[in-house]
Amino acid sequence: MDLQIALLLGQDGITNGAIYALLALALVLVFAVTRVIFIPQGEFVAFGALTLVSLQTGRLPGTIWLLLALGTVIVLIDGSIALRDRQFRRLPMILLLNCGVPLMLGGALLALSPAGLPLPVQVVLALMLVVPLGPMIYRLAYQPIAGASVLALLIVSVAVHVTLIGIGLLFFGAEGSRTLAFTDISFEVGDALLQGQTILVVVASLVLIVALYFFFERTIYGKALRATAMNRTGARLMGISGTLAGMLSFTLAAAIGAFSGILISPITTIYYDSGFLIGLKGFVGAIIGGLASYPVAAAGAVLVGLLESYSSFWASAFKEVIVFTSIIPVLVWRSLKTRHVEEE
Amino acid sequence: MNIKNSIAGLLALVAGGLATTVYADINVGVTLSATGPAASLGIPEKNTFALLPTTIAGQKVNYILLDDASDTTTAVKNTRKLLAEDKVDVIIGSTITPNSLAMIDVVAEAETPMIAMAASARIIDPMDDKRYWVFKTPQNDAQMATAIVEHMTNNNVKTVAYIGFADAYGEGWWNEFSKIAEARKIQIVGNERFNRSDTSVTGQVLKILSAKPDAVLVGGAGTPAALPQKSLKEKGYKGMMYQTHGVANADFLRVCGKDCEGTFLPAGPVLVAVQLPDSNPVKKVALDYVNKYEAAHGKGSVSTFGAHAWDAGKLLSNAVPQALKKAQPGTPEFRKALRDSLEATKNLTAAHGVFNMSPQDHLGFDQRSRVMVEIVDGNWQLVK
Repeated sequence: MDLQIALLLGQDGITNGAIYALLALALVLVFAVTRVIFIPQGEFVAFGALTLVSLQTGRLPGTIWLLLALGTVIVLIDGSIALRDRQFRRLPMILLLNCGVPLMLGGALLALSPAGLPLPVQVVLALMLVVPLGPMIYRLAYQPIAGASVLALLIVSVAVHVTLIGIGLLFFGAEGSRTLAFTDISFEVGDALLQGQTILVVVASLVLIVALYFFFERTIYGKALRATAMNRTGARLMGISGTLAGMLSFTLAAAIGAFSGILISPITTIYYDSGFLIGLKGFVGAIIGGLASYPVAAAGAVLVGLLESYSSFWASAFKEVIVFTSIIPVLVWRSLKTRHVEEE
Repeated sequence: MNIKNSIAGLLALVAGGLATTVYADINVGVTLSATGPAASLGIPEKNTFALLPTTIAGQKVNYILLDDASDTTTAVKNTRKLLAEDKVDVIIGSTITPNSLAMIDVVAEAETPMIAMAASARIIDPMDDKRYWVFKTPQNDAQMATAIVEHMTNNNVKTVAYIGFADAYGEGWWNEFSKIAEARKIQIVGNERFNRSDTSVTGQVLKILSAKPDAVLVGGAGTPAALPQKSLKEKGYKGMMYQTHGVANADFLRVCGKDCEGTFLPAGPVLVAVQLPDSNPVKKVALDYVNKYEAAHGKGSVSTFGAHAWDAGKLLSNAVPQALKKAQPGTPEFRKALRDSLEATKNLTAAHGVFNMSPQDHLGFDQRSRVMVEIVDGNWQLVK
């Protein structure tokens, strides 16, 4: 291994690590606010990437049907609750948000023929199709049992994950796809070739992380999320709705997931079930951060990326073994360091 | 004739009709991997069963399709269900090797013939009391590996690196390929593994590049096999590229794009059916399958995997008439007769080659079952 190879591996590791870091942040966020270990996080990566692929190849993405179906179910549930409570004023809003918006999106897709649109518009369209799935899934799967134990929420996560995988196979097929490259630029650094696309991934991830930081530090919603994460009961006493916090955290998680998928889909082939493993590596990062610390989780995720990259050079057959075994010393260290607190 | 008599007559007719349908139908139990990691192989197979004949020698044939989700336990469960509840006369499946291997014990116990659609030679070799009941339609890996090594020696390849799936497929290819390559004096300078779900193979590719091989063989199936090749091209690799027959579908060409130009792979003749010389006996059967499949599922939708299911259907159509002479479907005697008749298959032309079975060889393919193919302008091109 010479310096050039070491640099290339480092570059590769940091690129993957940046994606894992984004997912680790989303996992920490969702867990802190709602206590849900969000296994389906990775599915948003696959859905984001494959929805963009569908748009680029001129097919109607299956995501729109999922959006409509979930929206209709929510309208039925929320609508009947509003009718029962005689809160008729809420009905138009429920209808518009859950059925109106997906219908308009679907209409726009049919009218615009997205294959010919410029790439940024396609990306925005793909995000608009995938991100609402986050709060919708929260509304249907998690909100009714928001007070349940972490274990029960985890079991629901597994169910959501398996369901989304199946739906992904139905919508996008068994074979993988790549999106068109955002940029073909590449730089010569010494002997090594630096791809513009990988720089884009790292820069975009950094920008997103900084944006998240300002969101949590400077905006009222960000502060509300932080308050909920610190003390759920206290936040509720201060008038912060737990439901709103849950919705918001799931929206952010879905957005981060879909955005990550769109970032990496030009570099690698994405399958309907690729998201799970990517999400799992983000999860290893999040575990290193104890599912609580954002900076440690991000650093842990980058470490996972680097570990993966260098181990693929030295012992490619054992790459996954090395990455996932690394979680054991972390868990030992964590359990020795922290005092076990009984769940309330 | 009074009304009572005619009603009785009618009832007798209906009862007779029912009796014949119950006893005369041939039930074919199918378990395949239409979901899960092997879905891209299992789906065309599933589509193919809809195209198979519904009557053989005047008997109605029922195909009972179950999905095993590429999972070994489910495949075994499906097999037991088909045998116990549906009383099938023959089992076809599964799509992948681990599933098929696990099903051998079950069908042998029930003394029911089985036709596997998975590639590994271990399914039918070494022949023993259990494999006595087992047949298969895809070419052995060894036959395909020999074709690659032959092509390499003909093109002056001295050193070769291998990168394959970190699973049974990649391991199986490594064993076959390394054995044959060493026998033919080709030096192997690299042996790497990657996972189907990997998003990056930079490490493996850099290691291969530092060994400077004349050729690289990718031991992967479906679109994941495109990743190492794309990474190699990206990092400036200029040598020859080989893939295995596991990539022979249109999705691979779509994903790999221009990075796969000039790649060589061995494949079943059905992949390039149109380009086969008219003298090749396989051409007619293969074209027949391609046309039927594309008529149902659209132009360019055909893959070699579905043709393995088609060939299983061919074997059945050929064997059932003989077996019917000896016994009635639904009986142990018929299953035994069907097995004997499958084993006696001679000179049966199918989409992937010509079957000549024997008690020792339950595949029966010769070199007519494989061709070398080059990827030219995003299409499969027969290497003459």
